[in-house]
Amino acid sequence: MNAPTVAVQLLDLAHTRSGDKGDMANCGVIALRPEWYPVLVRELTTDRVSAHYGALISGRVERFELPNLNALNFLLHGALDGGGTLSLKTDAQGKVVSTAMLRMVIHVPVAEAEALGMPAYSGRE
Amino acid sequence: MTRTIRVASGQGFWGDSLDAPRQQVDGGPIDYLMLDYLAEVTMSILQKQKERDPAMGYARDFIGAIESVLPGIVERGVKVIANAGGVNPVACAHALLAAIARAGHAGKVKIGVVTGDDLLPRLDELLAAGHAMKNMDTGAPLSTVRSRVLSANAYIGSTPIVQALQQGAQIVVTGRSTDTALTMAPLRHEFGWGADAWNQLAAGIVAGHILECGAQSSGGNCLHDWRSIPDLANVGYPIAEVQSDGTFVITKHPNTGGRVSVPSVSEQLVYEMGDPHSYITPDVVADFTSIRVAADGENRVRVHGITGGPATPFLKVSIAYRAGFKAVGSLVYSWPDAMEKAEHANRILRERLHRLGLRFDQVLSEFVGANATHGHLAGDGRAAPEVQFRIGVRGEDRASVERFTREIAPLVLNGPPSVTGFAGGRPKVEEVIAYWPALIDKRVVTTQVEVLS
Repeated sequence: MNAPTVAVQLLDLAHTRSGDKGDMANCGVIALRPEWYPVLVRELTTDRVSAHYGALISGRVERFELPNLNALNFLLHGALDGGGTLSLKTDAQGKVVSTAMLRMVIHVPVAEAEALGMPAYSGRE
Repeated sequence: MTRTIRVASGQGFWGDSLDAPRQQVDGGPIDYLMLDYLAEVTMSILQKQKERDPAMGYARDFIGAIESVLPGIVERGVKVIANAGGVNPVACAHALLAAIARAGHAGKVKIGVVTGDDLLPRLDELLAAGHAMKNMDTGAPLSTVRSRVLSANAYIGSTPIVQALQQGAQIVVTGRSTDTALTMAPLRHEFGWGADAWNQLAAGIVAGHILECGAQSSGGNCLHDWRSIPDLANVGYPIAEVQSDGTFVITKHPNTGGRVSVPSVSEQLVYEMGDPHSYITPDVVADFTSIRVAADGENRVRVHGITGGPATPFLKVSIAYRAGFKAVGSLVYSWPDAMEKAEHANRILRERLHRLGLRFDQVLSEFVGANATHGHLAGDGRAAPEVQFRIGVRGEDRASVERFTREIAPLVLNGPPSVTGFAGGRPKVEEVIAYWPALIDKRVVTTQVEVLS
């Protein structure tokens, strides 16, 4: 039997910054509290992130762990419609690609979320 | 007592605050001011300017910046390192000397000029010698776009800047130095770090990375608790207080706004990050997973523990080439049903472009206010009270792009209702200057240093 879970939005767990490298955007995700970092490591898999962005990116997702900064760094390939000066996008340099990440809602076992003081998400999924 | 060198950031890109350099020099004690003016696209713009006028091709804002700091740097011996030379560092240095003379300081300030990064005059010779300069992303050889190349510059490291400082330069002007070299060079010069002192060199790179985007590490563009960041109108730009072992503190001048905190510095550390285990520069490969950051008092963050390893045998080359034309236009649709109207306008415009037989490599429609930046994650935009319909085209055929720019305004009278926001007139056709990243054997790039006064 699965343990009951609670919905938590990444917005309440992390802060982010992103930038560009050619047609790739990077997205750094930093846990707001060190004790939340292991949950991010567990939940923010490349598959999960890839599914979250969906059609917004055309390539693969790479992930790197920076436990020293309680951070994950994602490389989103094909995120910028050609990138740099070729891109016609408003966000040609991927500056706010990282805020899209914060919309993600993850499901955390209730006991764990309570123990770690994670705020529940009240919005629509 | 351990000696500390203070390197202050006064410019994060060409277009950054005109006042920041002076505020850094006059706002408190610093030893060096670093000014970063170059982005990838900047070099090609400067190359075009130089083609029109051989005395141009550098960041002209830099001359004004030096004029604004001149009394302070002459009085207190502050040194300045800037990559403002663009594709013409020598012309930049001469313009600087003239400005210094006009200000009555002739002969008092030695200027170091670093050249050798510009590979454009040598491009065919290098290709003939077997340096293919393949595109790092696609693997294509440079010969496929050779005839359209506008500029080609190697990203050079800190060594020639150190040489200029050793020769007594107070202001060092470079072309395409790496952004981080502008911070690294003073530290190598002051502390005598050897070319294989990998951990110290890596620390210099990390300090450079934190400083190179100006206030982006001291409270600007900081998402963490952004509402509480005080007085961004008077934001203090970051300063690195570095010790000889490579340990440093990021801070800012007293009586300035913004915030230096572990979150503000951490956000800058992950900015534009690739593989954190190997942050590759001409001087060293730094390991960003080794960085330790800790609060060290108000607006002070201590950074330490950084490790690095040997540099690679290559330098990155930034090549700009002509890649067709583009134009972007927009209209604003209002409530009621703003999104539906904007989407309808998009369908109509695309059908007209199709009927005209125009040729584009790419057409992109966005609905600003609804989903331009977050796509489907932002929902369907039906509740948006107003929506900017923004459409861009790109292609090799200039005539098609020109015709596109004439097809937007008619929609105001012959498309969906409740439309406005066309006061700017027809969109402009822009030439697209694309960027070709490549690597080259660092042995073929030789730099020169000259000191003028």
